[in-house]
Amino acid sequence: MSAFAKPLKIALGLAVIAGLILVPMNFNRYGLFILSQWAVMSIAAMGLNLTLGYAGQVSLAQGAFVGIGAYAAAIMTTHGWPLPAAILVAITLSFAVGWVLGYPALRVQHHYLAFVTLAFSTLAFLVFRNESWLTGGIYGISNIPRPHIFGIATNKPLPFYYVCLGLLAIVSLAVWWLIRSPWGRAFMALRENPLRAQSLGIDTRRYTLMAFAIGSALGGVAGALYAPLTQYIDPVPFNLSLSLDLLMMVIVGGAGFYFGPFLGAMIAVLLPEWLRFTEGYYLMLYAVAVMLLLIWSPTGILGILDRTMAARRTKAASALRAVAKSRLETVQ
Amino acid sequence: MSAVLEVTDIKKSFGGIHAVNGVSFDVREGEILGLIGPNGCGKSTLFNCILGQLTPSGGEVKLDGQIVTGLRPSELNKLGVSRTFQLLQVFPKLSVRENLILAGQEHQGNMASRLVGRSDAGLTGAANQMIGFFKLDHLADEPAGGLSYGQQKLLDAAMAFMGGPRLVLLDEPAGGVNPSMLADLKERLVAINREKNATFVVIEHNMEFVMSLCSRVMVMAEGKVLAMERPDEVRKNPAVIEAYLGH
Repeated sequence: MSAFAKPLKIALGLAVIAGLILVPMNFNRYGLFILSQWAVMSIAAMGLNLTLGYAGQVSLAQGAFVGIGAYAAAIMTTHGWPLPAAILVAITLSFAVGWVLGYPALRVQHHYLAFVTLAFSTLAFLVFRNESWLTGGIYGISNIPRPHIFGIATNKPLPFYYVCLGLLAIVSLAVWWLIRSPWGRAFMALRENPLRAQSLGIDTRRYTLMAFAIGSALGGVAGALYAPLTQYIDPVPFNLSLSLDLLMMVIVGGAGFYFGPFLGAMIAVLLPEWLRFTEGYYLMLYAVAVMLLLIWSPTGILGILDRTMAARRTKAASALRAVAKSRLETVQ
Repeated sequence: MSAVLEVTDIKKSFGGIHAVNGVSFDVREGEILGLIGPNGCGKSTLFNCILGQLTPSGGEVKLDGQIVTGLRPSELNKLGVSRTFQLLQVFPKLSVRENLILAGQEHQGNMASRLVGRSDAGLTGAANQMIGFFKLDHLADEPAGGLSYGQQKLLDAAMAFMGGPRLVLLDEPAGGVNPSMLADLKERLVAINREKNATFVVIEHNMEFVMSLCSRVMVMAEGKVLAMERPDEVRKNPAVIEAYLGH
């Protein structure tokens, strides 16, 4: 079975990538908007998955970092800066703010940390709304331009969707590298057993701050794409409910699983659209679907898959052990 | 023999309770020092004070003559001080091999090289060797949380050795480990002690284990040092019999 597993996985991965590139060519404007939104939210959720899923640090502020990135990009690109420069600024700014927000996590954990980050989320919203000299206040910032990439204009929905998809690919590779590196292992150590981690030389303070900063930076990247996607931003999309949505994406997809955020974002962005035919009921159905899923599998969609695989592995392992044991007994 | 660890007048109180009340001792290079005493006499608190997990209310800890009081546990570990815990402390979702790589990775390179370098920090070989040494081969790819209690204890000990420590503080390594596995564990500890010249301090209630393993035994009672003698002397010491061993 395992001999086929790897080529099968690669084939499946390539099929999904080809599908993401080819299928949307026939999509209408709205379909492409939704799919671009999925890519953007996947990036933000991947950041939160790093902070929460891998490093175990609860954050209700990811939406605020999307906002920080979005405002940075909106302000810069409407003043004539190119989007890549704006993305770099969004990353730097969210990384720095995320680092500072990590300090409370060195003292408080779990629900208490959630409250600290919730307060930060509110603070960020108030800054977006009240500092109108910078952010345009409740009127927001409009006419956000879409970039020219290698001289190609991305004003139309399809080219801009490819921009989102391209950035999603870059972020996915970077995160994949990160979680496989010793840093990723140290993040998981923070989640699983910080006390033991310390005694093994793991600088838990530095890694905690890094988990916050990198996760937040990815929120900033998502925001820097969100602004040119909608081409108009105001403070409302970046209030607490976005943070809660992102948290739900991570949990529903499967916190601490690499593919969790992609699935979670798909459910959060696409499921409401698919349920639209039920008209007035679609949000209720959506809420019920999420509740049922979490009752069935508290570890999210990928948690179900993980359990099935683990059960299969255990079966295979105990079969092997039985064989080994009988051989030992024969030898004796 | 020179002292690896010198502890001078360490005190730790929690509210009105003096858990550790002025303990001084030294640990000589290459020895295995036993630490025994009744429950609640301050053994684990003493360990936590030495290892920076607790800040002592008073006193001083020296490692190779350098004052290390107040250093964080991770900093002490980098200086070559390692430990095991009384209760199971492994990373349940990581495989046995990943647990061991994690235990050694912070001793390799720096933050930057751990980000851009090899994902195993070049430790797969060392981890496999440790797995073989502790006879955990058939479990190398299993999640640590799925191991039996005794196997997790072995893994916990193996993890303490991954960074190549000079001094290891073991908190009840034999607790809950079955006799045949215990013999294995003792054999491993002695081997590492001899071959790597690692120094051990061992908290343990299993007297047979302590007496056969340790060169000296320190007895604590009510936060103080009651005796510091050779194992055979401890057995005959009336004060120790009264406070701990029983008649």
